[in-house]
Amino acid sequence: MSYYSATDHFVLLPAILLALFGCAVLLLDFVFSGLRRAALLTFTLLGLAFCGAALWRQQAYLNSGLGELTAFGGALTIDRFALFFNWLFLGASALVAIVSLAYLDRKKTGPSEYYALMLFAQCGMFFLAAGTDLVTLFIGLELMALSFYVMVGFLRREKRSNEAAMKYLLLGAFSSGILAYGFSILYGISGSTRLSDIATAVAARGAHDPVLFLALATTAAGALFKISAVPFHMWAPDAYEGAPTTVTAYLAVASKAAAFALLLRLLLGPLESARAIWSPILAVVAVATMTLGNLAAISQNNIKRLLAYSSIAHAGYILLGLVAGNETGIQGVSVYLLVYTVMTTGAFFVVLTMSGGEDIADLGGLAKRKPWLAMLMLLFLLSLAGLPPTAGFWGKYYIFLALIQTGHYTLAVIATLYIAVALYYYFRIVRFMFASDAENPAPETSFGLRLALGVTAALTLGIGLYPEPFLKMAQSSLIGTP
Amino acid sequence: MPPGYLPLFIFLAVAILLPTLTLVAARLVRPSAPSRTKLEPYECGIKAASNSRGRYTVRFYIIAILFVIFDVETIFLLPWAVQYRTLGWFGVAEVFVFLSILIVGYIWAYKKGAFEWV
Repeated sequence: MSYYSATDHFVLLPAILLALFGCAVLLLDFVFSGLRRAALLTFTLLGLAFCGAALWRQQAYLNSGLGELTAFGGALTIDRFALFFNWLFLGASALVAIVSLAYLDRKKTGPSEYYALMLFAQCGMFFLAAGTDLVTLFIGLELMALSFYVMVGFLRREKRSNEAAMKYLLLGAFSSGILAYGFSILYGISGSTRLSDIATAVAARGAHDPVLFLALATTAAGALFKISAVPFHMWAPDAYEGAPTTVTAYLAVASKAAAFALLLRLLLGPLESARAIWSPILAVVAVATMTLGNLAAISQNNIKRLLAYSSIAHAGYILLGLVAGNETGIQGVSVYLLVYTVMTTGAFFVVLTMSGGEDIADLGGLAKRKPWLAMLMLLFLLSLAGLPPTAGFWGKYYIFLALIQTGHYTLAVIATLYIAVALYYYFRIVRFMFASDAENPAPETSFGLRLALGVTAALTLGIGLYPEPFLKMAQSSLIGTP
Repeated sequence: MPPGYLPLFIFLAVAILLPTLTLVAARLVRPSAPSRTKLEPYECGIKAASNSRGRYTVRFYIIAILFVIFDVETIFLLPWAVQYRTLGWFGVAEVFVFLSILIVGYIWAYKKGAFEWV
């Protein structure tokens, strides 16, 4: 019996490379003492590039029409869904890695462990997107979460960072426990950890089975925690505010997208036949999430907290795509996650330039000192609110289209109303930037930050004006398409 | 109820009943004459030296974590050693991958001074 075939290796290669480069980054700091910090960044980017090359080969394999790749007896599956999410993680990691160097310098802390943790976290996300086995999924989730707990508390000398890490760790560990409990019930009703076997067992149970309901509720609770949906959102504002801003950006996009990958894999895979149970639950959760996120964002003065609540609200919109559940809706989820990644990282990168405080008032008069930076922030905020011609519009467009196609008119109306609320609090920031004469310390930008801002801004506008290739990519990423 | 669970329930019932019965029986039989010395947490004849909520150095947590790491290492090595022949070269390679990842952590902790006391 062979334990490790060439296909296994081919499938696992991106994760192997990420882990290898993570370990290497950790040790490089010692081997070449006094190594220039930029060299560590270069090495991290090299690792991401190698991972990208491995993903590219997998993509080429899928494009050649030979069907999806499975490895380790079905524990890992590389389909277009897994690849779409992995490209997303890769992009987010690269952008955050580039901007982190100058930020960590400013905070006077070493980048070696930081970059290693980033690579390890991405390794965990790989398994979350590609895993088709409960154990693989759980270990992937934990690898990602453990790396994030440390990264959130990376500024050891700042009390807020410590507090954020502790809150995130305690609540996150609790939610992982609930998720593991749900997984154990899924294993209990099917006798297998493979998602395909679980699908058969769940379908045989019928939609009104109490055990199935328990498994569904606990599993969903664990995943909903990570995407900060109400009522599991409490950690998000504190963790987002206390974490180093680069980590906040990474946490807001990559961790959330990975948790959505897990949720989609479970709900559209083995739990698809129980849609009658989870669809109404998710509808309630989505409305509660949008309501709380949007209403709580109004009264925030710290910009990272405001963006945290806005990211909670976005999670609600994305969940609506799952509630609609038709092809447009699921495609909408992918599109939304893509544009959300681009515009949210962009907005957090502008926050990174703030060298003074992190309140909205500290952005006052930005348009006078750095007009281009204020214009970029305006672009990201317009996109977050979902106005054309920005990328955010297409995310909302597909979700709304799917809701109307499936007859969820009430949900569509509620979601539209909250756009008006969102416009109000986003334009509070705009008002400070453009209509205030406040004297604040000049924003600091490094080369990496300008580069990352340029890329995110170009993508925000580019997807908004010419969405076809991105929409096609998202459409092909639907679960089940090889 | 599934068939195999009956012994489990008997075990559970015994586990609950036995301490309850002994405690209740002792309560009914024994005389009750508490005194200050008798009510101390450790009734061993020697006076308590200090509060049990004493402080100790935070460095112990690093020792504890290192212990857990090497403990887990042993847990993984044992089944490999048992299945050594069946797993063959694949097992050897896999264990070396596992060990080298641990060694990276070990070197890192060593260089960071985790093993230096004070």
